[in-house]
Amino acid sequence: MDITEFYETFFEEAEELLGDMERHLLELDLDEPDPEQLNAIFRAAHSIKGGAGTFGFSVLQETTHMLENLLDYARQGELTLRTDIVDLFLETKDMLHDQLDAYRNGAEPDPEAYARICQTLKQLALDELGHGVGSEPEADVAPPARPADETASAADGNTVGEAASEGQAQETQAAADSGWLRVVLLNVSDKDRELLVEELGNLGAVKEQHGDATRYEVVLESASSRDDIEAVMCFIVEPEQLDIAAIAAPTDETTQGDVEASAPAVSQDDAPASEASEASADAEQAAAPAEKAPAQTAPSDKPANKGGAKKKAGAESATIRVPVEKVDQIINLVGELIITQSMLDQTASELDVAAHGPLVNGMNLLQRNARDLQESVMSIRMVPMDYVFSRFPRLVRDLTGKLGKDIELVTEGKSTELDKSLTERIIDPLTHLVRNSLDHGIEMPDVREAAGKPRTGQLTLSAQHQGGNILIEVKDDGGGLSRDKILAKAASNGLAVSDAMSDDEVWQLIFAAGFSTADQVSDVSGRGVGMDVVKRNIQAMGGHVEIQSWPGRGTTTRVVLPLTLAILDGMSIKSGPEIFILPLSAVLESLQPSNDDIYSMAGNDKLLKVRDEYLPLIALHDILQIDGAEQDPTRCIAVILQAEGRRYALLVDDLVGQQQVVVKNLETNYRKVPAISAATILGDGSVALILDVADVNRLHRQRANSPKHAELTASRQEDVVS
Amino acid sequence: MSDMTQAAEAAIDTQSQEYLVFSLGSEEYAVDILKVQEIRGYENVTRIANAPDFIKGVTNLRGVIVPIVDLRIKFHLDKVEYEGQTVVIVVNVADRVVGIVVDGVSDVMTLSSDQIKPAPEFGETLSADYLSGLGSLEDRMLVIVDIEKLLTSEEMALVEQQAQ
Repeated sequence: MDITEFYETFFEEAEELLGDMERHLLELDLDEPDPEQLNAIFRAAHSIKGGAGTFGFSVLQETTHMLENLLDYARQGELTLRTDIVDLFLETKDMLHDQLDAYRNGAEPDPEAYARICQTLKQLALDELGHGVGSEPEADVAPPARPADETASAADGNTVGEAASEGQAQETQAAADSGWLRVVLLNVSDKDRELLVEELGNLGAVKEQHGDATRYEVVLESASSRDDIEAVMCFIVEPEQLDIAAIAAPTDETTQGDVEASAPAVSQDDAPASEASEASADAEQAAAPAEKAPAQTAPSDKPANKGGAKKKAGAESATIRVPVEKVDQIINLVGELIITQSMLDQTASELDVAAHGPLVNGMNLLQRNARDLQESVMSIRMVPMDYVFSRFPRLVRDLTGKLGKDIELVTEGKSTELDKSLTERIIDPLTHLVRNSLDHGIEMPDVREAAGKPRTGQLTLSAQHQGGNILIEVKDDGGGLSRDKILAKAASNGLAVSDAMSDDEVWQLIFAAGFSTADQVSDVSGRGVGMDVVKRNIQAMGGHVEIQSWPGRGTTTRVVLPLTLAILDGMSIKSGPEIFILPLSAVLESLQPSNDDIYSMAGNDKLLKVRDEYLPLIALHDILQIDGAEQDPTRCIAVILQAEGRRYALLVDDLVGQQQVVVKNLETNYRKVPAISAATILGDGSVALILDVADVNRLHRQRANSPKHAELTASRQEDVVS
Repeated sequence: MSDMTQAAEAAIDTQSQEYLVFSLGSEEYAVDILKVQEIRGYENVTRIANAPDFIKGVTNLRGVIVPIVDLRIKFHLDKVEYEGQTVVIVVNVADRVVGIVVDGVSDVMTLSSDQIKPAPEFGETLSADYLSGLGSLEDRMLVIVDIEKLLTSEEMALVEQQAQ
């Protein structure tokens, strides 16, 4: 078994654990820390340390070890947490993340940063606790080999902590040196106990064991530290079921030389001291990957062991990791299945129901199952918005500190689900919007107070489903956008502006490239590269962004995104003999125009009056040169569409229906086609093109502006005639 | 006699290639068979607006959207009809799948390198750049098309040309 196979799993898991750690640290109520949370933070650090040790990432291991010790004091109430300590922990977490990245890229972490964080953590321990957090090899520990050395010193460091809490430093120090441990198992079933004792046998020598199911005592002589043993045991039982304490050795002879004493412990072979420690490290190694891949559990095929592994697997199988390509492949296959099913359905619908009852019933069942399957498969890709929102508490905390503001972050709709690929791409734009709100939006506490607002500003992040879209809002209760400032800036940037522009149009200006009205550039934002990128990114995802702002009351930025890029809610329309799909999200309404509502302008251009609005009237058959389409607008249907903030009416022959379509890329084998965004496959197996609503409008304006249009139309008519 | 055939065959094995022969009107063309993915009927092609006339549109090939090119139009043949005999040769070039419409597929032939003569400079319709040569086979002449070069060329407008 090649241990490097597990690297990736470890990295992913460690990253998740670091995320958990950060979340808990941020949520921590410093006045009254929740012991459960402290434990959770501790466990995260502990698990990372274990994994790092297994894979030989020594710098990562040592850093987490120091952090873990401090956390241990914290959860035992010896270290009183303060904001600056939490800040330090968060900094350490960032450092761990950097180290993790370095290892992931096959490099060694930055030694200077490591030395610095070690120093800081040690200093904290000295200041707060009056003693160190032993992590380096102590001088009095004989170093026979590196692994032994580490294990021993780790044991040393941990038992110091234990000692302090029990106030019997002297005695326990001796106990730690002895390598004797008393392991108490509480409420452990016979089967598990057997397994545990066997595991303990691998770690050292079991000297004594007695008790019953509710309390079973094992006295162990081992070079492994209390933590190492606990880590191994935790694969089988809960930490609450364990109580491990160092005890003094019964006789003096065994205590001479800590590592030597443990040598006979691994009694199966007469290994020298260093190997003994290695053996215990091996045991740990065998156990650590097991955590990641339950199937690989442990070095034995004994039934008892399997039982234990199964129990663990049951607890862990709540999630599995699957590469995205695999999911995409399934989605594609299901898409094909749906198309095949629709084709069958069409054929079956022509049959006589009475004569083919069972077949028709079967078809209905197939249809239902296929749709359910599609829905389930699509939901695999969906992740809650919490995945995105969870990174903002940290950002807000850091920035408010830096800016000297007082801001409360509120998140709503964390469980709203969104396609994974979109959540990843929305993070950057959203981060930018949040930074903007924090930096420019919400005022300083004094300013707020003077304006009669509470000193604490509020930033709200919310997400909700709206039809086939997700609506994400970044809302602040700050000063709002300044119309005059934006107009002045836009004018000085050479943009065409006028005082008569509506508020909405003014707000849109800030999406222009190089736009920033910040009086001074801070390192938070204000460099003017941003909002244009935000808008572009969001449009690239098939979404759009709007701003609403009220002077003195705040600004709301609304981002609307499709739930997924793989499936589109479409409206199929007909023009001549051809069928096209319009994205339903762009369709506002459809109506049959009457002659009275159609106005012509500048010769060729036509306008349609819808209620009190005049919209450009674009004939689809004109844009796409479709033969055999209805030429009389009053016998067509006008579909009112909205794209990129513009509305227009598209003339089509007929509306065919609404359906969900699987989006297929046209550029895989062909090229980008004007006015077409993608293709899909209809129920009869034929291809239908999906219209790019914004591009249709663009194409129309281009044609209208170029004199070629007239020629083109003329020559086409000749073609038709000939 | 049979000895000679065997010797010829051995020679073919070392320096010959298999070609798929197809007809466009009365002319016979050939493409490297290794580029051919499959042959299917002409059906269900969705037109693409504003594309050159020889690009018939796109079709659904088991869930993949494939463009269809009619070489008869491209080569300015007089008679372009779509009937039962009309077939589409699906080729795989430059990591793309493209279907080409032809009048019919006749057979697969093995041509040795000495049977392939260099192509003379033609007129404008089919530049010699897109030809691998002319195959002479008794009284037949096969125009051997370098299908990859032809389909990825700028004038076919199938592939987005990289900005210079």
